Amino acid sequence: MSKKAFLSANEATAYGVLLSRPHVVAAYPITPQTTLVEKLADFEASGEADFKYMMVESEHSALAAAQGASLMGARTFTASSSQGLLYMCEMLSYVSGARNPIVMADVNRSTSIPWNIYGDQRDALAMRDSGWIMIFVESGQEALDMIIQSYKLAEDPEVMTPVMVNLDGFTLSHTYDLVEIPDQGLVDKFLPPFKTINKFDMENPQTLCQTVGPDFHTEVRVTQQAAFEVAKRKIVEIDSEYGKMFGRSYGGLVEEYRTEDADYVLVAMGSVVGTMRMCVDMLREKGEKVGMIKVRSLRPFPKEYFVSLRNRFKSMGVISRDISFGYEGTLFTEIKAAMLCSSTKYVNYIAGIGGRDIHKNMINGFFEELKEIANGKETAEVKFAGLRWEYGN
Amino acid sequence: MKEIRWHGRGGNGAFTAAKLLGLAASVFEGKYSQAFPSFGPERRGAPVMGFNRISDDVITDHSQVYECDCVVVLDETLCDVTDVTAGMKEHAVLVVNTQSTAEQFKKEKNLHNVKHIFTLDATGIALERLGRPIVNTVMLGAALGATQLVSWEALEKAIEDMMGGKLGEINIDVAKMAYDTIKEDATKC
Repeated sequence: MSKKAFLSANEATAYGVLLSRPHVVAAYPITPQTTLVEKLADFEASGEADFKYMMVESEHSALAAAQGASLMGARTFTASSSQGLLYMCEMLSYVSGARNPIVMADVNRSTSIPWNIYGDQRDALAMRDSGWIMIFVESGQEALDMIIQSYKLAEDPEVMTPVMVNLDGFTLSHTYDLVEIPDQGLVDKFLPPFKTINKFDMENPQTLCQTVGPDFHTEVRVTQQAAFEVAKRKIVEIDSEYGKMFGRSYGGLVEEYRTEDADYVLVAMGSVVGTMRMCVDMLREKGEKVGMIKVRSLRPFPKEYFVSLRNRFKSMGVISRDISFGYEGTLFTEIKAAMLCSSTKYVNYIAGIGGRDIHKNMINGFFEELKEIANGKETAEVKFAGLRWEYGN
Repeated sequence: MKEIRWHGRGGNGAFTAAKLLGLAASVFEGKYSQAFPSFGPERRGAPVMGFNRISDDVITDHSQVYECDCVVVLDETLCDVTDVTAGMKEHAVLVVNTQSTAEQFKKEKNLHNVKHIFTLDATGIALERLGRPIVNTVMLGAALGATQLVSWEALEKAIEDMMGGKLGEINIDVAKMAYDTIKEDATKC
């Protein structure tokens, strides 16, 4: 039987892991991920889970241990945040290149310096090119559901690529909400035990994690790119199958909300999307033609979807909880590139960095400005939202 | 949507009270709710806050709480260092742990703009019944008596569920005592 519980998104994620029946969890604690791995350690200690929880001395070791176990055919999990993820950086490409279907939760937190334990997405976005599938969730329920879906995706023989599930630090990780914990039997039906030939086996010796020089390197990399193309389709299919079995699905790579006849839309990833829904509803009641788009998968990027949006909206704002210094917010770059030559006018709002709240008035202000921009207002393309004072003054 | 703010000091259990209220409203009363602490490092004795949202509809708001229908203060000394009335709506309710009466407290702290104040010597009750100055469940009972945010039955089940056994029993006992006292005060005004 499924049951309702009042859980933080970290705890909900831990339940997603428990239900996925991994063999090995290897992790090192870091704020704001700590309560997630504590919950997993509790599951092991109480006997509720039969995975092995490996205490390791660092994040680099956590992912190295997870990879070792994965190479033996084990289903494995790890989690980190911020500097911990950056310390794992070297191992990220080891795992993705070796095609180990590890699932990780990154509880998004800013990166130092300035030292800051609060939420933004700079940590994950700095790891964008590490060869991992990158999913961003809006709620604890979605985090739980996406851990289960992610194992099915990662372990698909045509995909065999690790998945990073991203949940915003504090705004999700430490917020308690009503969550449905699915029935274990049903999860077992959805997610059968992990089987792979891509493992160390005394009966069938093979070489894994090879050196590949210039003669075949391109041929290896093209298989990784192809796997991401397959993943685009599989993310949608798996989400739809999950919806049929569990009654919840999330739209695959992207979700549109009230965009049917919209003129002005905001695009974002993560928890801010929930607050945006409220603002869209409130503005719709006033007759404003606003809508929003939630990007769920950054890698693979829903390029075809954004190509299809060309010329559809008068103006589009992209909220970025990061900044790639010297350019703009990462999501903004991706979207603009896909929508090349569109008549849509764009603006990039850098907001919610280092834990700054993205409140409803701020979002309503973005929509107001998008309307003005559609009507010809000239403005900077990249704007830091909610600054206490204008830079330079 | 109702929004509630809890003021306490690290170790008071203010966030546990918020979690209990959220659990009662969602799992045991069929509504939707959120509970979250003031984000950041935790330090014993330092001013901390907890927040709730309670609604009949799904809550997707992930911004901070700026306006409150109810504010609960677990340690009255916080009124000297924090503006506990910040963002209180016109008919919002303030519930404070103090030995002063509501009228005395209003004068002492110059809270003439707050229309509904309820006070309770929660520390006295906790010391007598629990043997420790842990006032969170006492103040939760008081807040419920003042506002009827959820039913008493839902709260009782939530305390039982989270604490269980003997600990659950004595906390239900003190919460009920506070609930009945403040509910009576609330019906008078």
